[in-house]
Amino acid sequence: MSVDMTQTPVLQAKRLVKRYGSVTAIDHAEFELYPGEILAVIGDNGAGKSSLIKALSGALVPDEGEILLDGKPVSFQSPMEARELGIETVYQNLAVAPALNIADNLFLGRELRKPGILGSVFRMLDKKAMEERARAKMQELGLLTIQNINQAVESLSGGQRQGVAVARSALFGSKVVIMDEPTAALGVKESRRVLNLIKEVRDRGLPIVLISHNMPHVFEVADRIHIHRLGKRAAVVTPQSHSMSDAVAIMTGAMEVDESTEAA
Amino acid sequence: MSSTNSQSANDKVAEHDKVADQAGTYVAQFESKGSLVHRFQKFLHQYPVAAPLIVLILAIFGFSLIVGDRFLHPFNLSLVLQQVTIIGVIGIAQTLIILTAGIDLSVGAIMVLSSVVMGRMAIDYGIDPSLALLIGLATGAITGFINGTLITRLKLPPFIATLGSWNVFFALNLWYSKSETIRSQEIAANAPLLQWLGETINLFGARLTYGSILMLLLFVVIWYALNWTAWGRHVYATGDDPAAAKLAGIRTDRVLLSVYVLAGVICAVGAWVLIGRIGSVSPQAGYTTNLDSITAVVIGGCSLFGGRGSIFGTLVGALIVGVFRNGLALAGVDVLWQEFTVGILIIVAVGADQWIRKGTA
Ligand SMILES: Nc1ncnc2c1ncn2[C@@H]1O[C@H](COP(=O)(O)OP(=O)(O)O)[C@@H](O)[C@H]1O
Ligand SMILES: [Mg+2]
Repeated sequence: MSVDMTQTPVLQAKRLVKRYGSVTAIDHAEFELYPGEILAVIGDNGAGKSSLIKALSGALVPDEGEILLDGKPVSFQSPMEARELGIETVYQNLAVAPALNIADNLFLGRELRKPGILGSVFRMLDKKAMEERARAKMQELGLLTIQNINQAVESLSGGQRQGVAVARSALFGSKVVIMDEPTAALGVKESRRVLNLIKEVRDRGLPIVLISHNMPHVFEVADRIHIHRLGKRAAVVTPQSHSMSDAVAIMTGAMEVDESTEAA
Repeated sequence: MSSTNSQSANDKVAEHDKVADQAGTYVAQFESKGSLVHRFQKFLHQYPVAAPLIVLILAIFGFSLIVGDRFLHPFNLSLVLQQVTIIGVIGIAQTLIILTAGIDLSVGAIMVLSSVVMGRMAIDYGIDPSLALLIGLATGAITGFINGTLITRLKLPPFIATLGSWNVFFALNLWYSKSETIRSQEIAANAPLLQWLGETINLFGARLTYGSILMLLLFVVIWYALNWTAWGRHVYATGDDPAAAKLAGIRTDRVLLSVYVLAGVICAVGAWVLIGRIGSVSPQAGYTTNLDSITAVVIGGCSLFGGRGSIFGTLVGALIVGVFRNGLALAGVDVLWQEFTVGILIIVAVGADQWIRKGTA
């Protein structure tokens, strides 16, 4: 999949800075996510990936710099604000409530109410609508193996649970889905299913930011790879232009890439 | 059968497939046989009210065999309902709290304190009984708010917070009542509204109190709130996995606070029911309510770890205790064996909860 970089980035950061005391976690970092792409973010431990992603998802307020959504400056004070603007985050630690069922989890915190006074006065949930939309989304993403939308999430495997989390982000993420190590807690087979799911979400038009330590996974699914080093972007490469060992070399500073002539 | 077959089948691919199919069904059959227990486990897990309901039905059946018609007589059954009304109401409050993975040791003290406030307001200060009732309900709300604040702001474990507030509320109750009982005749003469829930209506030989009817209504209302509103989903999610609930954007502290305040108000409703049942207002009444309410919730299948259970389970749990007490009494069994039986029921219920949860882990 080729990325059209003449378009306005969906999500962009300009000269972002975040300091913790004497530590500069984000040091004038640049970031661009284009429509319809999977952008992997890789980097050594402590490079500042998590801080960058937190700034982009509203979990952290940067000290300096600018975040643009569809070219318009935005500033989030909380993850809820980012979410309201269509930026969804999937966390590595399977952030679903195990005793609740799939439909409940998909709509947790964003429940639909019945129309009319049943909804406005009696606050009645529209379970049917939520179930239908949940089923449709699971089906669309090829999570059909999960038969019963009313089964408790704890009866699912780790991969299926992550599937629920991804489905939730795809259901509500209108602009961007950010995934922080979505396969870190999963086995080989389960990871594979989640990777396919990620591609599925991208193919449906949602751009994805994927933070991962797993190079083979990154090189398999990413359209472009943002390499973070010492608080800023060291390079953007593609799986076609660079090898895994190149990427590792850039990550660790063993190889220098000129930002202006980089392959993209 | 499959091991020898599949070895010989290695020669021919087609046959191998066939045997593999057979082996497949063999395994499936084996699994479904073994999983009859497992499926039962899953069923109980999915319908938390099923296990206590089965126990209740068996108990009713058993006692009707042992004791005979006396037990099944509508009058006796309505007596059981009257006996469990207070535990039922307070059990609703306790269920809400246990669903959030908390526990409230102060429910009994809140109830008694609220009843003393209602009584003194109406009798000693001569305030209009309906206003006295409202002030009593407000007392429940304030005490619940105190508990909720200790737990959400000071981050005290619910067990410790309510162990403390239990003693504080109970002491306040003794102080405010001057350890004196307000007599039934006095209330009947000056504030009959406070005793109204003790009045009965006749229904096919059954004598239902308004208190019992109010309890049943309360169960329905809270069931609706838990199952058909976003708030209810948030209560379950908060008890189930607070971190996941927070990530989903739920303000779990607010949910917890709302639960403790609501539980306090329900305990104050329990105070009204209590006055109706015993007629008087006594600072020493309802001493066993704390543990009895937890008993009803636990026997009703609610998990003490939060997030699991059904509000109607608590009604069934309270009824189980009531049926056992009543049935054993009718059978002429000593009170101490009633206590013994309730103890066994609690242990079995918690053991069953562990087993049911293990089955699907
Ligand atoms: N909350 C924090 N307080 C202080 N220092 C922090 C905090 N979060 C991150 N840092 C520091 O910022 C740097 C970047 O961290 P982080 O963004 O977690 O990197 P990565 O996710 O790439 O491992 C590290 O040196 C880390 O110690
Ligand atoms: Mg990190």
